[in-house]
Amino acid sequence: MGLLNIPSLPSMSALQPQDIWMPEQASTFAENVDWLFYGILYICIFFFVLVTALTVYFVVKYRRKSPMQETGGPTHNWFLEITWCAIPLAIVGWMWFEGFRGFMEMRSSPKGADALRVIVNAQKWSWDFTYPNGAMTQDLHVPANHKVVLSLNSLDVLHSFYVNTFRTKMDVVPGRINEIWFEPTMAGEFTLQCAEYCGDEHSRMRSKVIVHEDKAAFDTWLESYDPYKGLEPIAAGKLVFESKGCTQCHNVTGTNQIGPTLKGVIGREREFADGTKMVTDANYVRESVLDSKAKVVKGFDPVMPNYKGRISDKEIGFLIEYLTEVSKN
Amino acid sequence: MTSTSVIDKTAQGGDQEPENFLTCASGVKSWLGTLDHKRIGIMYLICITFAFTAAGLMALVIRSELFFPGEQLVSPSTYNQLFTLHGAMMVFLFIIPGIPAALGNFVIPMMLGAKDVAFPKLNLTSWYLWVTGAIFFVCALGFGGLDTGWTLYPPYSTTTSSAVVLSVLGAFILGFSSIATGINFVVTIQKMRPEGMGWFQMPLSLWAFYATAVIQVLATPVLGITLLMLIAERTLDVGFFSPSMGGDPVLFQHFFWFYSHPAVYIMILPAMGVISELITTFSHKRPFSYSFIAYSSIAIAIFGFLVWGHHMFTTQSPVANMIFSLLTFSVSIPSAVKVFNWLTTMYKGSISLATPMMHALSFLLLFTIGGLTGLFLGTLATDIPLHDTYFVVAHFHYVMMGGTFVAFLGALYYWWPKMFGRMYNEFWGRIAAVGVFIGFNLTFFPQFIAGSQGMPRRYFDYLPQFTVYHQWSTVGAFVLGGSILIAALNLLSSLRNGAKAPANPWGSPGLEWVAASPPSHYNFDEDVPGRDPYDMELVEWGGSPEVGYVPSAKAKAAFEEHRKKIAAQSRGAH
Repeated sequence: MGLLNIPSLPSMSALQPQDIWMPEQASTFAENVDWLFYGILYICIFFFVLVTALTVYFVVKYRRKSPMQETGGPTHNWFLEITWCAIPLAIVGWMWFEGFRGFMEMRSSPKGADALRVIVNAQKWSWDFTYPNGAMTQDLHVPANHKVVLSLNSLDVLHSFYVNTFRTKMDVVPGRINEIWFEPTMAGEFTLQCAEYCGDEHSRMRSKVIVHEDKAAFDTWLESYDPYKGLEPIAAGKLVFESKGCTQCHNVTGTNQIGPTLKGVIGREREFADGTKMVTDANYVRESVLDSKAKVVKGFDPVMPNYKGRISDKEIGFLIEYLTEVSKN
Repeated sequence: MTSTSVIDKTAQGGDQEPENFLTCASGVKSWLGTLDHKRIGIMYLICITFAFTAAGLMALVIRSELFFPGEQLVSPSTYNQLFTLHGAMMVFLFIIPGIPAALGNFVIPMMLGAKDVAFPKLNLTSWYLWVTGAIFFVCALGFGGLDTGWTLYPPYSTTTSSAVVLSVLGAFILGFSSIATGINFVVTIQKMRPEGMGWFQMPLSLWAFYATAVIQVLATPVLGITLLMLIAERTLDVGFFSPSMGGDPVLFQHFFWFYSHPAVYIMILPAMGVISELITTFSHKRPFSYSFIAYSSIAIAIFGFLVWGHHMFTTQSPVANMIFSLLTFSVSIPSAVKVFNWLTTMYKGSISLATPMMHALSFLLLFTIGGLTGLFLGTLATDIPLHDTYFVVAHFHYVMMGGTFVAFLGALYYWWPKMFGRMYNEFWGRIAAVGVFIGFNLTFFPQFIAGSQGMPRRYFDYLPQFTVYHQWSTVGAFVLGGSILIAALNLLSSLRNGAKAPANPWGSPGLEWVAASPPSHYNFDEDVPGRDPYDMELVEWGGSPEVGYVPSAKAKAAFEEHRKKIAAQSRGAH
């Protein structure tokens, strides 16, 4: 990446509004949102140019040439006052109405059985997605041209589900379930980001939305989805470690981050916040994953979320194999 | 007639230095115990300048960190503390007290021809409360800092290990400082107008200060209650907001924004007020449609109370969103009315491009961009993708910094000669004004683009596609910082090297310009009659910048008549 990546001149002349403002349109909402966005943008440009042009014109034309220069002009004009109240009022009335209409479409979940429903769990600082067959992923997989309904849960603090190419966003609030829906219009990979501040790794709380060609391709993917297929337990454990959000706070290199390093977690004595000590082992790992506040290592904040219900016994088994391996040397 | 009367003395230009409010008493005690609104205003000015400098330097560290994606200078947790304190300090320690408590304190009584504010002791108390609140903020830094964002949203703020209680107590105390100032200004403007000055003969900035003070008095208690609830939840486990204790985090957002959105108008209304003064003075002309500008301040204050829900567009019910979207647009009309009226005021004026006017013009363009980009955010469908992105960051910086801060600078240059009796350097003043304008746009315009492309706010790290916008922004921030430094050096060096300021360098008929520069301890040496603050026939050019503008024959006659009247009254009393 260079210092000041200024677009070169030829590419600038070929720039379209969407290269500068709203990015590619990947859901059914995008067209309407962008139409309204550019409508407002052109209105804003008109008024800004008007204000700027009048300012410059007046400043040049009525520039003070002598200290007691004659001044003139009216001090009141009802026609002007009414006009510049009424015209903006009509314009913002239109914006309000169109904005509300577009918004209602976004917030009216499709009724009927054919929509794909996915449960979304957000936590500091990862997303996971549970599909109708119980499969769980860290990236969101959905079919193109098919309605998708997300049920948003937060396990700790506020987060916000934000996919800009879909032009959609919804806060994820602990203690209540928020629902949103969308219909992707093209296959591909899109960025999912957290838009509500949630702590140290807020900016890295992102995932991908992977849109499959169509419902059939999505179903094929979902049926055959087994991330651990054909992997040795240690390799499978590494995948668990890397895909379940553990790496946001832990590593296996020996340096502490937000959480203690897990190098040596199997078979080393540790002191806990309450002053007790014990040699941590496989059962300690299992307990910490399922009930993270049970034994917090001294010197660390109790910020780890519980994984109970979101990790299978099989996965915990893999994870322990992996951590045993990295604790050996 | 004796020559002690203000109106005659200012006309002479004054040979020997008369005693003024700065020289009438000396020593630290004479400042820390002063009840003089002018001295309190200057103490505020010094303190908020420190707060602004600290919070501004934090912004430069933030921008430097963001020059490249990934970790550059500071850790994520330090970064989060920096943006939190940048926001909290700018809002609570600088912008809210900025124009009203520092500059307003100085000029409001003088605009009314009065000796002081209605409650001088309350005025000093509010300054001490500000200092106490600021000390709490500094202490919070030493006890783990604050990493919640200035918005303090639970459950993050109720679970983080940073010094939430200490910082929140600081904000709570600052709230009382703000309420005290508000009450003082409401009473001062309501009760201390001079004879002959009705509501519609007041300078337009007094309408704005009045509207601001009313919001301060009515909205700030809600902040106080909300902050106490947050403290109760953290220290006593009372579950107002955390779902794990049966609370509702969105309830906090409603309480918080019920204060903090009106607070946005506490921040911008005084700026609008001083811009009305600057544009009329430097167009040397009566404002176009006085009554519309005056009423629009009141309208903004009232509507400002009804729009808080637009901060929850991505959380709350569609019906609530529809209503709050509609109410949000209602604020745009009085704001637009002001801009159009300011523009029309310049029509057929005699426009001087002195430094304060450069800032007023800068304000006009930046506030227009800030206001217009609010339309994207008030419109529900377009707000959804833009909510909580850099688009919002850019929008409120255009209003708060391009608007309020630029107006603050303009007002500071404008009243500086009155405050300290010295003229700053016009050349460097204009250079700094242009530098602030360019640096500001370079910093914040790319953020509109980054936001619409999908760059969320409060991000320590970002995707490489946003690098170019961040780099422009960082370069702009340093241009902006450098220009502000030039402005500061210019003003400070004028205290030593500046030419002696006449009583009325700009030609405003406002009463504050009748007093000497700097004013005497009691502002005026005689009882001052109210007069039309925009009747340009009351002043005439004195022939040279050293003399400035002097009272016209019409003004002198009005004073003479007032003196006779007072003399007759006192004879009648005997």
